[in-house]
Amino acid sequence: MNFKNLWAGLTKSLLHESDHEATNRYRILRRNIFILMILITIMPLIIMAVIYQHEYHSSIKKEIVIPMQTLTHKAKHSFELFFEERLSVIRFIAASYSFEELSDQKTLNRIFKALMDEYCCLIDLGLINKKGIQLSYAGPYDFLGKDYSEQKWFQEVVVKGNYISNVFMGYRKFPHVAVAAARRTEDGSALILRTTLDTSRFDDIIASMGLNPESDAFLINRSGIIQTSSRFYGEILDHCPLSFPRGNYEPIVSEVRDPQGRDILIAFAPFSTSDYALVLVKPKSDVLHTWHTLRSKMLFIFISSVVLIILVVFKLTDTLVKRVKEADEKRELTYREFQHTHKLSSIGRLAAGVAHEINNPMAIINEKAGLMKDLVAYDSNFQNKEKFLGLTDSILKSVERCSAITHRLLGFARRMEIQLVELDLNELIQETLSFLEKEALYRNIELILHLADNLPRISSDRGQMQQVFLNIINNALAAVEDEGQIVITSWEEDSDTVGVSIQDNGSGMSEEILKSIFDPFFSTKQENGTGLGLAITYGIVKKMGGDIKVKSKQREGTIFSVYLPQKAKIGPGE
Amino acid sequence: MENLKILLVDDEEEFVTTLAERLELRGLQARAALNGEDALHMIEADTPQIVILDVMMPGLGGFEVLRRIKAQHPQIPVILLTGRGSEKEGVKGMELGAFDYLMKPLDIEELIKKMQEAIKSHP
Repeated sequence: MNFKNLWAGLTKSLLHESDHEATNRYRILRRNIFILMILITIMPLIIMAVIYQHEYHSSIKKEIVIPMQTLTHKAKHSFELFFEERLSVIRFIAASYSFEELSDQKTLNRIFKALMDEYCCLIDLGLINKKGIQLSYAGPYDFLGKDYSEQKWFQEVVVKGNYISNVFMGYRKFPHVAVAAARRTEDGSALILRTTLDTSRFDDIIASMGLNPESDAFLINRSGIIQTSSRFYGEILDHCPLSFPRGNYEPIVSEVRDPQGRDILIAFAPFSTSDYALVLVKPKSDVLHTWHTLRSKMLFIFISSVVLIILVVFKLTDTLVKRVKEADEKRELTYREFQHTHKLSSIGRLAAGVAHEINNPMAIINEKAGLMKDLVAYDSNFQNKEKFLGLTDSILKSVERCSAITHRLLGFARRMEIQLVELDLNELIQETLSFLEKEALYRNIELILHLADNLPRISSDRGQMQQVFLNIINNALAAVEDEGQIVITSWEEDSDTVGVSIQDNGSGMSEEILKSIFDPFFSTKQENGTGLGLAITYGIVKKMGGDIKVKSKQREGTIFSVYLPQKAKIGPGE
Repeated sequence: MENLKILLVDDEEEFVTTLAERLELRGLQARAALNGEDALHMIEADTPQIVILDVMMPGLGGFEVLRRIKAQHPQIPVILLTGRGSEKEGVKGMELGAFDYLMKPLDIEELIKKMQEAIKSHP
C-alpha cells in the first residue's frame, strides 16, 4: 500500500464537498484510517516476530549442535582408544618376542591366554611370516599353514606396519574385526601378528552414549557399509541409505531427510586411524521440541494481539470518524445558522428602511384625513356629513393598519440591532476563516495570515463583523483561481483605529466595476450573487464609524482595506 | 387649554402645517417650524408654552434641539415624535428631559391628552 496515496485519499475524502459523495466520504475515510492504523500497528509486530523467530531458531540450533558434536567426539575417541589399545599390545608383543618364540605354538598360546586375561574381546592371535603363511595360531579355529599372501590386508600391513579391518562375519557368523601389526626382524624378514576381535565392545560404547529411543548411533566404513547394528538404517554390512559430508576429522552436523521421511540431524565423525566413521542421528522433531512449544506460544500471542489490535483499531476508527462527522455537522449547522441570521438581518435592514420611508407619508395622510374629518365635523351645515365622516374614518383606520405593519417591521429590524462587545479582530478573522477553510483547502488556495501581535481589542458587533469579513473573503475566494493566494493582514493604524486588509491575486476589477461594487444589487457573479454582499458590508463598516477602501488591478488582484475604530461610533449607516 | 401656545417642529411641511391647522380648529395656537434652527429662533422671539418635536430631522437633530431648549428654557415641556417606532429613542429623549414621546402617525386626541398632562405638570 502506497502511504502517500493513502494519505492523499484520506485528506481528499475529508475535504470532498459534493453532496452525492458525502455518504461515501466517511466510509472511505473510515476505511483509509483503518488500513493505515492496522498497517502501522501490525507491521512492527510482524517484523519483530520474524526477527525473534529467526534469532531464537539459530540460537536453539547452536544449543543442539554443540552437544551433538561433543557427544560424537567423545564416542569416537572411545572407539579409537579401543583400537589403539589392541594395536599397541600386539605391536608390543611383536617387539618383545623373537620370531622363533612367537613361532612356537606353546609360547603363543601362553601369550594369548595372558592377553585374554588382560583385554576383552580377543578371539584369536596368530603369527604370519613375510610370505603370508600362518606359522602359529592361538584361538578356536585351525588356521595353521593358511596362506594370506594374496589378501589385501596382508599387503597393507606389510607396507603400513599396522592394519584395522572392516567388520566381517566370521566362521561363527557374528561380527569380527581383525587387527594386525608388522615388525621387521634383524635378518630383514617381516613378522606379522594378527588378532581377531569381536565387536561386543562397540555396542557398549554406543550404549554408553545414552541415546533416547528416537535417536541412533552407529559406525560405518568409507564405502557406506554399516559396521554396527543401527536402529533405523539397517543391519551390519547393509548399505547405509544416508549420505554424509566428506573430509574433515571434526564432527560435522547436517540436516537431512531420511528414507522414512523424518527430518533428522546427523553428526558425522570420521576416524583418523582407520576406515571408520561414527554417525549420530537425532530426529529434528525431538530436538526442536522446545522450539515448537515456544513457537506455538508465540503464534498464540501474535494472533491474539492482532485480533486485539483489529478490535481496538476498529472501535477507535469508528469513534474518530463519528467525532469528525459530528464536528463537520456542527460546523455546517453553525454556518447555516449564521447565514440564516445574516439573511434575517438583511431583510430586517431592508424592512426598516422601507418602513421608515413609508411612515412619513402615512403620517401626512393621517393628518390630512384628520383635518378633513375635523372640517366636516365642525361644519353643521355640511351635506353628506355622515358619509364623509365614514370615509375619513375608513382612511384613518387604514392608516392605522399600515402603521401597525410598519411598526411591526421596525420592531423586527430592531431585534437585529447592533450589540457591542469587546472582541479580538484576529480571533474573529480566524473564526470566520473556519467557515471557508474547507473550500480553500479543496481548491488548494493558500491562505496567508499576517496578524499583528498585541492588536488592541475593539468594541463592535461580533455577528456584523463576521459578516463583513465573510463577505470580503468570500469575494476573494471567488476571484482567485485554484491554487491562488489570499493574504490577510491586520495592524494597528493609529491610537484608535485598527486596520485589516484582504489581498488576493485573482482576476482583479476594471475601473468601471470598481465604481459600483458597493452599490446595492450590483453583482458580477450573475445568478450566484444577490449584489447585496458588499453593499451590506459597506453599510456595516460605515455604521460602526469605520471605513473601507479598495484597490484593484485587472489580472493582478484586489486589496480590500477595512479600518475600524477601537470603539464603534454608531452612526446612521445605511 | 384654550389659547395654548404650541410650537410644532418637523421637517415634513405637509405634516406639520396640517397638524397645526387641526390644532387651531380646536382653539389652540399652533405654529410650525421646519427645522431645528428656525424652531430655536421662534422660541426666542415668542416663547411657546409647549413644544412638539420630531426626532429625525436634517441639520440640527431632534435630540440636539431638545438639549438646547432644555438648557435655555427648562420650564417648557417638550413632547417628542418618533417615526422609527423605537422605544429606545423615546427613552433617550426622556432622559434628556422630554416630557413624553409619541409615535407617528399620530392620534390627535392622544396628542391633546398628552399636552394637557404636560401643562399640568409644568405650571
